[in-house]
Amino acid sequence: MDEQYKMTVDAERAPVIEPGYTFGTVTEKISAIVLTRPASNGWFVGFGIAFLLTMMLLYSIGYLVLKGIGIWGVTIPIGWGFAIVNFVWWIGIGHAGTLISAILLLLRQSWRNSINRFAEAMTLFAVACAGIFPAIHVGRPWLAYWLFPYPSTMGVWPQFRSPLMWDVFAVSTYATISALFWFIGLIPDMATLRDRATHPAARIAYGMLSMGWRGSARHWHRYETAYLLLAGLATPLVLSVHTVVSFDFAVGIVPGWHTTIFPPYFVAGAIYSGFAMVLMLAIPIRKIYGLEDFITERHLQNSAKVMLATGLIVAYGYGIEAFMGWYSGDRYDAFTLWNRLHGPYAIPYWSLLICNIFIPQVLWIRKLRTSPVALFLVSGVILVGMWLERFIIVVVSLHRDFLTSSWGMYYPTRWDWMTYIGTIGMFLAAIFLFVRLLPMISIFEMRTLLPEAEVKAE
Amino acid sequence: MKRERIYGIMAEFDSPQALVAAARRTHEAGYNKIDAYSPFPIEGLAEEIGFHRDEVPLVVLIGGIIGGLTGYLMQYWMSAVDYPLNIGGKPYHSWPAFIVITFEMTILFAGISAVFGMLALNGLPMPYHPVFNVPRFALASKDRFFLIVFSSDKKYDPAGTRDFLAGLQPRSISEVPS
Repeated sequence: MDEQYKMTVDAERAPVIEPGYTFGTVTEKISAIVLTRPASNGWFVGFGIAFLLTMMLLYSIGYLVLKGIGIWGVTIPIGWGFAIVNFVWWIGIGHAGTLISAILLLLRQSWRNSINRFAEAMTLFAVACAGIFPAIHVGRPWLAYWLFPYPSTMGVWPQFRSPLMWDVFAVSTYATISALFWFIGLIPDMATLRDRATHPAARIAYGMLSMGWRGSARHWHRYETAYLLLAGLATPLVLSVHTVVSFDFAVGIVPGWHTTIFPPYFVAGAIYSGFAMVLMLAIPIRKIYGLEDFITERHLQNSAKVMLATGLIVAYGYGIEAFMGWYSGDRYDAFTLWNRLHGPYAIPYWSLLICNIFIPQVLWIRKLRTSPVALFLVSGVILVGMWLERFIIVVVSLHRDFLTSSWGMYYPTRWDWMTYIGTIGMFLAAIFLFVRLLPMISIFEMRTLLPEAEVKAE
Repeated sequence: MKRERIYGIMAEFDSPQALVAAARRTHEAGYNKIDAYSPFPIEGLAEEIGFHRDEVPLVVLIGGIIGGLTGYLMQYWMSAVDYPLNIGGKPYHSWPAFIVITFEMTILFAGISAVFGMLALNGLPMPYHPVFNVPRFALASKDRFFLIVFSSDKKYDPAGTRDFLAGLQPRSISEVPS
């Protein structure tokens, strides 16, 4: 019965991996991108642009250290400007990688095997970009280590009742666990590259990274246990990270922040933007490197469905915020809603609704869900929308406080933009290097998807 | 201890099914010091070669408990014992506020234990190993499956073991120099 159901469903769906591949050809195809394929001119141009943007990031951070955060548009009452907007945006993008690699592993969604590696890389690079912002927005970045509880000559300790302190622990744990998860996933593939590399330097480098992996059955057994446990640990972790990020706001009393809907709605929004980023990377990469057989229509469709579902949760979050503005009877909450719709930042708010709620509804149409071009465009729209959402939460809530005497406006300066665009450059530069230096699809997990890999239990 | 000149005898197979069957027959024939190598994890293969004790979960459990205790006690000691500060009239020992960091530290320590515990139990990193002396073993990370009987096995005898492995219809047989 189950088997029959599975077969009918499978027949209707695009396969996870196109038929006709063997253990050898899968290995060949993925490792050749790293080992034998020469870097194209397009790669050099793309990497060059991303590298220049990274230099721009370093320049703007250098100037910030020299001059202080007065070069940004932040003032009182808007003390959290682009830095926090970008921090929340980047860390949210990272969440899809962990969702794909950990949660979908626990749910036995084997289609994840072809996209988990680069989704995890995306997580790592996004978290690296996110981590820059809180460190530089403290004003004196060289003292950012004060956030950690270390025995100082001052004798005081961090204030553990503050969500900002929780955030330090949540984000640093998340960065560590994501890096470890990515690394242990790479070990068996490093062994494959070690055995296939012809250049001695490459053989030594991959050999070191493989830690001497030889594929022993005992090793695989412990490896799989550790991998599964790590997935089980990363699952509550990823949900906790954006929950704690939302506490940074929700624990404050500012109208527009002080609400209990924030944790679930932040987590859903994170996954929403993360899948959009996965698609924006996967669609060009599969085309350029000819990986359509491994990252199939099925992956695009499934990602689109996840975006549709999380997008609706986000829409529900906006709906409840608006409803509570009216239902609570609190004049400040009601004003927050009115101010979003008609205030000086009405254009970003309406754009947010269009980007995050209205346009993504086209994903209900199957034809658009399977069209790479349409998906790429919708994903771009969602990323813009999710950035605007954080802008609305941070800036629009702060600029209209309880007292009219403390009202103000926020105008980002060119340094705000340079830092933001610079992190996008750094992220892309890291992705460009990643696709050339490491196998972007998990080779050993792809082998397990082949029909020949199945060993019948007797 | 005198070092054996031959580390073991290795047989090469084409498919995971053949490897599992061969591992089972070898283990049933009374060989205990054997190992199997494959380019991807094969369910049940470790059991066929007589591997039943996986300590990774225990290591992770201990790591998690230590992490949780460290997280909670650190906050308690710093906020209530070493330097008590009155913040908004909240109790020095405000346990609900300490839960988040306790949770994060549990995950952090458990995750680190999972990775480094697994590597340590596997004896990795180990850049040199005798099996790498067999040239065909490079295929173990691609599409071939290997079974080895170590020369330290009680039942091992150079000719007999070789004949036994040949009876399993492998693709090739090689001696592994140590």
